[in-house]
Amino acid sequence: MSVIVDHDTRLCVSGITGREGSFHSLHNRAYGTNVVSGVTPGKGGQDVEGIPVFNTFHEAVAATAANTAMIFVPPPFAADSILEAAESGIATIIAITEGIPAHDELRVYTHLRRTPQVRLIGPNCPGVLSPGKANVGIIPAAFFRPGNVGVVSRSGTLTYQVGNELAQRGFGNSSIVGIGGDPVPGSSFVDIIDLFQADPETELIVMSGEIGGDAEETAAAHIAAEITKPVVAYIAGFTAPAGKTMGHAGAIVSGSRGTAAAKAEALEAAGVRVAKTPTQVAEIAVELLGG
Amino acid sequence: MDLLEYQGKQLFARHGIPVPAGEPARTVEEAVAAAKRIGFPCAIKAQVQVGGRGKLGGIKFAADESQAREHAAAILGMDIRGLVVRELWIEGASQIEDEYYASFVFDRGAKAPLALFSTRGGMDIEQVAEESPEAIASLHIDPLIGFQPFHGRRLAFGAGIPGDLVRPAGAFLEQLYAVFVAEEAMLVEVNPLIVTPQRTLVALDAKVTLDGNSLYRHPDNAQLRDLSSEDPQEQMAKERDLTYVKLDGDIGILGNGAGLVMSTLDLVAQHGGAPANFLDAGGGAKADAITAAVEVIVWDPNVKAVLFNIFGGITRCDEVARGLIEAFEQIKPTIPFVVRLDGTNGEEGRALLQAAALPNVHAASTMDEAAARVVELAHPDGPRR
Repeated sequence: MSVIVDHDTRLCVSGITGREGSFHSLHNRAYGTNVVSGVTPGKGGQDVEGIPVFNTFHEAVAATAANTAMIFVPPPFAADSILEAAESGIATIIAITEGIPAHDELRVYTHLRRTPQVRLIGPNCPGVLSPGKANVGIIPAAFFRPGNVGVVSRSGTLTYQVGNELAQRGFGNSSIVGIGGDPVPGSSFVDIIDLFQADPETELIVMSGEIGGDAEETAAAHIAAEITKPVVAYIAGFTAPAGKTMGHAGAIVSGSRGTAAAKAEALEAAGVRVAKTPTQVAEIAVELLGG
Repeated sequence: MDLLEYQGKQLFARHGIPVPAGEPARTVEEAVAAAKRIGFPCAIKAQVQVGGRGKLGGIKFAADESQAREHAAAILGMDIRGLVVRELWIEGASQIEDEYYASFVFDRGAKAPLALFSTRGGMDIEQVAEESPEAIASLHIDPLIGFQPFHGRRLAFGAGIPGDLVRPAGAFLEQLYAVFVAEEAMLVEVNPLIVTPQRTLVALDAKVTLDGNSLYRHPDNAQLRDLSSEDPQEQMAKERDLTYVKLDGDIGILGNGAGLVMSTLDLVAQHGGAPANFLDAGGGAKADAITAAVEVIVWDPNVKAVLFNIFGGITRCDEVARGLIEAFEQIKPTIPFVVRLDGTNGEEGRALLQAAALPNVHAASTMDEAAARVVELAHPDGPRR
């Protein structure tokens, strides 16, 4: 088992004819992901190395029964593309695009919350990888093997670093989910942790957070109340100054809210083991699951 | 992106929100001319993003031309909490009967705009929230419905303002929300929102934070500058499309991906070092971006050693190595570098660096090792603290 993407994934890529979009779509297909179609307005009827391109999501879904969308279009078009995918009947939308205006994200989030059959991952995320099954996004799959550790993270490269530390200790992954570094992510830590809790293959949950917002604090309360599987956390940004955006639009500390220390404290109080370094995540995993 | 007071007020004025008449000035002569046009008495206000600048001598009132000249000369160039005043805002002095507070903030936790309204204006709202939370009326706005008249009534009655001001307050809040949405702000705050003797409401201050990601839709806002806080090194990084934040330590940091760079800063601090910067070379950084990044980092004379921490995903380690080699040819840095390359094309990258045998460049195989080594090299006599 795994979460969000697997052998049943039928992927349609918005922005498939762009340089980045085609590169990663083909990479995902080479990994074994079933990429059934793409959408680029005005390029319907063309194909990208055999993947048919449609003008609209509605046409793509009707013709290819796509059930998952990957959004690769530039920021000005991304919110529109997400809403189009949702309306066309696609249940899982993974938005890679970085730099979407916050007010656009807010409107999309508020609308999709009232459309509970649709799950949005991202935006500004590296995607979802279920090793051995499917890769949707830009996660370098070569570093990961199938296994029993579920990883959820706000950051891309930090996910690879943590995943790699786990791999060096012999652990594989059920799924690796990047929820993104923006102020309004479509899915939260809580959403993904619930999926891992329900996934029989996942025996340990690793969450990698960072400064800004209160998603980690909310997750801590939820873990204490609902989650029976062990959780290991890592938080980045202890040395980040207040009031400065640390690369991710979401990573900004205002006042005393959203600091790394407050997050680590909330998680520890909820019984979550908090690692001080990415290496320590793997050490704690060994302690909890055996080497 | 944080706006200066006068930039916020000009934005408000464009949306019909009442603000005192005023003009910006960058020289004493401009300030005096503006004061004469506006009339006396007038306020001479330092344009820096520092809370409580009035108490620090950044706001003075002028009764006549000679006072305007004297105050403008005193405030221009003044250092307020590390920021040098480059611009003034001259505005007509206001008559104040009462001071309120109003704001809309992009509430990430609730994922909705949060409205705050209080009769306790003119002071730090966080202090009011702590001491008497009941004095602040608050509610969330559904972004798909927008601000409705009932929101205004709930906030006005909730804050307990006099009956004759309930309607004007509702109208003011509706206008302020319109600014929040139209300009794609993360924060619009008016403190104080004053009640005049004529029983009208005027925004006496303006604190506006805009969403950097939306600026492509707002070309006028994208042009706004804060001369007092522009760091030459941050400008240099911006021109090179690098995400750079200056910090006050002496160990230069470069990594790929915001999360990994933050994690690298933490590790350096855990080993007793102090990072000089945050620099994210971004996903898929090519050799020329790496060369530019080295240029920006070593431009800071405080930097005693540099740590490169790369975990290649889209970014290829051989590209990073080529960029570093090119940087050494062009810039010839003399301080030590510690380089950790892992992930995509890691072996190729490490082989390139080994073959190039750059002076004073040390390879490290893990993040921990790299952080420990760079602290040692920056402080051969032991950690600073």
